[in-house]
Amino acid sequence: MDTLKKIAYERRLDVLEMIWASKSGHIGGSMSCMDILVTLYYEIMDTDKILKNAPDRDRFILSKGHCAEALYAVLADKGFFPKEDLKTFGKFDTALAEHPTKKIPGVEIATGALGHGLSIGVGMALGLKNTSSTIYVLMGDGELAEGSVWEAIMAANKYSLNNLIAIIDRNYLQISGETKDIMPLESLVGKFEYFGWPVLLCDAHNPERIIARIKEGRQGNAGPFALIAESIKGKGSSLMEYKTEWHHQIPNEAQYKQMKEDLRHGYQ
Amino acid sequence: MDINKVSCRKAFTSTLEKIAAQNDTIFMVCTDSRGSVTAEGFADKFPAQFIEVGIAEQNAVGIAAGLATIGKNVFVAGPACFLTARSYEQIKVDVAYNHLSVKIIGVSGGVSYGPLGGTHTALHDIAGMRALPNIQVFVPSDNFTTTLITEYLAKNDCPAYMRTGRGDVPAIYCESDNFEMHKAKKVCEGNDATIIACGEMVYPAKMAAELLKQEGVSVRVLDMFCLKPYDEESIISAAKETKAIVTVEEHSIYGGLGELVCAVTAQNCPVPVKVMGFPDEEYKIGSSAELFEHYGFTPPNIAQEVKKLVKAK
Ligand SMILES: Cc1ncc(C[n+]2csc(CCOP(=O)(O)OP(=O)(O)O)c2C)c(N)n1
Repeated sequence: MDTLKKIAYERRLDVLEMIWASKSGHIGGSMSCMDILVTLYYEIMDTDKILKNAPDRDRFILSKGHCAEALYAVLADKGFFPKEDLKTFGKFDTALAEHPTKKIPGVEIATGALGHGLSIGVGMALGLKNTSSTIYVLMGDGELAEGSVWEAIMAANKYSLNNLIAIIDRNYLQISGETKDIMPLESLVGKFEYFGWPVLLCDAHNPERIIARIKEGRQGNAGPFALIAESIKGKGSSLMEYKTEWHHQIPNEAQYKQMKEDLRHGYQ
Repeated sequence: MDINKVSCRKAFTSTLEKIAAQNDTIFMVCTDSRGSVTAEGFADKFPAQFIEVGIAEQNAVGIAAGLATIGKNVFVAGPACFLTARSYEQIKVDVAYNHLSVKIIGVSGGVSYGPLGGTHTALHDIAGMRALPNIQVFVPSDNFTTTLITEYLAKNDCPAYMRTGRGDVPAIYCESDNFEMHKAKKVCEGNDATIIACGEMVYPAKMAAELLKQEGVSVRVLDMFCLKPYDEESIISAAKETKAIVTVEEHSIYGGLGELVCAVTAQNCPVPVKVMGFPDEEYKIGSSAELFEHYGFTPPNIAQEVKKLVKAK
């Protein structure tokens, strides 16, 4: 699975270029969720079906919509739209807004106001019950403070939605600091379990483990399950790893160069 | 005049910090928003008066209402887009219906967040807030008016909403200017037409009036920084005395300042009114400067609209 890791580093470089060119974007969370996105789009989901808008396609919802650039890098590389378009990210009259919209091929639904994705996922999963489609919803850990997330968690449990998977990008950081200081979540596993959801844990930067966990979760479960993916915010460059301020800081030229260097190193 | 550019959100927090130092009933509630609000100073200096609820806007407003029942004067501050939409029912019921002393401070209103896109625009907030009984609505135009309104809100136990922008704005007023809280402020006098603006559109409106002056058109500019309760008298005298009104606001054409002015003039002194606001469509992506240019919120374009009305008189 080293190839998936490598692809993820390449897509991180795309993200860096988009952020550097537009002087905007959310770098930390995009880096932390990249291996998850790559694993889903290059290995788990059938993207041909998604490209064709096939009714029985899998659906992905980027509930942490501020990491749009990570999704765009993946979608462009998978042929949903020309890679050239990435250069328009954040620019005037672009389709590539800093939060995904339905104007973009491959985007199922607009996101960016946090805490909406899981409810939408529940709706999709209800509509696609007893089909071969799976709904994947990616959320930030800070995002879990929204009450609506827990409303959706209860509804998914009520309807035994075994075609719904919530993935938590557990990087322990949000805008203002550490999640444990802003709004503590622990025991996160316990919370999900009490709400009737089995929980699987994995390293968010190890595609092989992500794949194995999703397989495992799918097999045994009569309802939805949560994959808590332990991640490093800013993954890929020591400049930004584990650092709150890189939620949406824009690198200066020296930092940009170092990040590029670090990210290239990541897969060499 | 442009030398002391400060953002209104910063004017709000520095004023509130000064007041909180003397008054421990002042509380601030944030939603992982202290950076956007510029509330880090408040959080550091007054930890006992600062509540952080994380990304949970509904919870924030509900908690603020609860605190207010215990006699606190609570400022809930966060991005206007989320605070006014996500927590609308809490604002309507918990705060306004109960007459509680909660001040909703929506920062980075309008299209301040530019390329972040439609999830981050707050062009509905004035309409939404105006439609709720009991709540006062303020849209300051510069850091001077922001300070003034913040001081007023800290002294009064009314439910209120104040919207500020994100970027630095030029000062329009100075210490010697006099204000009455619920009255429009006359920025300049004129008798051929009136521009009524609010928030960060007051400055381009004033610039438009200056452009028009050079062309011999005399324009009155009113800063409607208080949209509720509103200054009916100033609108009616503008209609009577100048007989043409252009309104400018960083808000949807629905439910904002424009419709307010239309309602007042139509019922009291009908005159031609041109409403300049954001059209009912999915907005383009771009920086706020690019969007202002695209949607025509520039001094020359505002001046153009005034001239059209004056010509048609
Ligand atoms: C409803 C809502 N409130 C606030 C925001 C502003 N916001 C954008 S990102 C963010 C922090 C997200 O933290 P987390 O979910 O942990 O994401 P990550 O760390 O993975 O980037 C906040 C508060 C938002 N987008 N939506």
